[in-house]
Amino acid sequence: MSPVRTFATARRVLTQLRHDPRSIAMVMVVPCVVLGIVAWMFNATPMVIDRFGPMLLAIFPAFVMFLVTSVTMLRERTSGTLERLMTLPLAKADFLVGYALAFALLAAVQAVVLTAWAHWVCGMDVSGSLAGLMAIAVLDAVLGSSLGLAASSVARTEFQAVQMLPVVVVPQLLICGLLMPRDQMPTLLQWLSDAAPFTYALEATGDLAAGRGWADAAPDAAMVAGFVVLSAILGVVTLRRRTP
Amino acid sequence: MGGELATAGPAVRISHLRVKRGRRLVLPDLSLEIPRGQVVGLLGPSGGGKTTLMRGIVGVQIVAGGTVEVLGRPAGAPDLRAKVGYMTQAPSVYADLTVTENLVYFGALLGVAKGRVAEVIDQVGLAGQAGDKIANLSGGQRSRASLAAALLGRPELLVADEPTVGLDPVLRASLWQLFRELAAQGATLLVSSHVMDEATRCDRLVLLHQGRVLADATPAGLLASTGAVSAEEAFLTLERQAPQTGPGQTGGAP
Ligand SMILES: Nc1ncnc2c1ncn2[C@@H]1O[C@H](COP(=O)(O)OP(=O)(O)O)[C@@H](O)[C@H]1O
Ligand SMILES: [Mg+2]
Repeated sequence: MSPVRTFATARRVLTQLRHDPRSIAMVMVVPCVVLGIVAWMFNATPMVIDRFGPMLLAIFPAFVMFLVTSVTMLRERTSGTLERLMTLPLAKADFLVGYALAFALLAAVQAVVLTAWAHWVCGMDVSGSLAGLMAIAVLDAVLGSSLGLAASSVARTEFQAVQMLPVVVVPQLLICGLLMPRDQMPTLLQWLSDAAPFTYALEATGDLAAGRGWADAAPDAAMVAGFVVLSAILGVVTLRRRTP
Repeated sequence: MGGELATAGPAVRISHLRVKRGRRLVLPDLSLEIPRGQVVGLLGPSGGGKTTLMRGIVGVQIVAGGTVEVLGRPAGAPDLRAKVGYMTQAPSVYADLTVTENLVYFGALLGVAKGRVAEVIDQVGLAGQAGDKIANLSGGQRSRASLAAALLGRPELLVADEPTVGLDPVLRASLWQLFRELAAQGATLLVSSHVMDEATRCDRLVLLHQGRVLADATPAGLLASTGAVSAEEAFLTLERQAPQTGPGQTGGAP
């Protein structure tokens, strides 16, 4: 690996984002709008936003970052630039880590903006620390983008790459505990949910929001970090220089 | 720089290369040598396998058999990546970046000196568009930006897939002149085209038809052996003689 090439890649991705205000707007504005609508709908019962706000904070940044990452990687593939990069002296790890760094920066800004919006505009009150919640939201967003990178690397064709959203993300949304508490799910689904990264993202935020503190949230946060590392490794191992 | 790379022998040596894409056997059994320091034209109709062969040479094509050696090393070897320039058929540059931003990035990966970016921009005649986004350029300008990226690292082997498509005659002539200059400086160039009249610009011609090498000769040699007056006519003559994979087949089964 070479830091020069990694940072060159991160800088290039950030330059692309800078030229593309619409995707930045999507990353920053869409989650805020959705959270705002929830808060507005349940204006009369502030409990709702206090309870669901943190959940959305856990899942939304991850979801949006997965989407943005997948779309960017898909464009890299269709434009032929990925093929060019694979003929250049750029290690696969340099490429993926460069991407991860750029998206982590975007994810951090997004998660901070969304948390601030939830608290100060939508009136979300949590018993735990708001800063801790922000930190976990950043970590979750990084998880989303590293899952996106891994999924894009595993995909061999554009068609497969497009299928990764319904295959990787949607099932996780269903079983991570967002729709139904995990202990009420059938046993088999509970097992699957134990293996889903989003589950730990949700638990960590839930712990912090409920004021259970870091001792409870830390193991879940560590699991999320573990999934970030795991998907980065998966991405490096599965990305191919040669294609059919 | 990579003293391990062979400095003698052909730039590319391909033996019994076999490539399947999807269900189609695109290159059934291809053997070919490309000598150093020459401009070699890879000609043939669309779908004949030119792009597939080039992808094999730069090491991004999954192959089913045979060997491809570039500068004495297996195609795609890590130490070749700074030595081989590849211009893909569709321009492979970032549409949302400017010409300069694209080249600065690819230049950073290759570790080229600062002034190199402006140099290649000049070489392909894009000085006036250096600050423009690729998305706002014409097709021909995009393809030249893509060529500039391939030139950045002063490659020993430049593989250019239909670089002159969509260019007006003046630009086309200036690109061929650039290719001649690069070869004069010692580089090897493999340039594909489906326009036969570009054949006269090459030191050597390889005619590819249905994944098979119909001819591998100098332009003069090709005309002499076929009795044709143009590369186009020579190609048609050879195509008629070649064993066909269809009705009316004469030679042995392929
Ligand atoms: N990704 C692919 N999957 C399956 N078949 C392909 C693919 N790309 C090209 N082919 C087929 O391979 C053959 C040769 O294509 P190509 O190498 O692009 O030829 P040329 O560059 O001479 O036009 C064509 O028949 C084409 O349909
Ligand atoms: Mg082609």
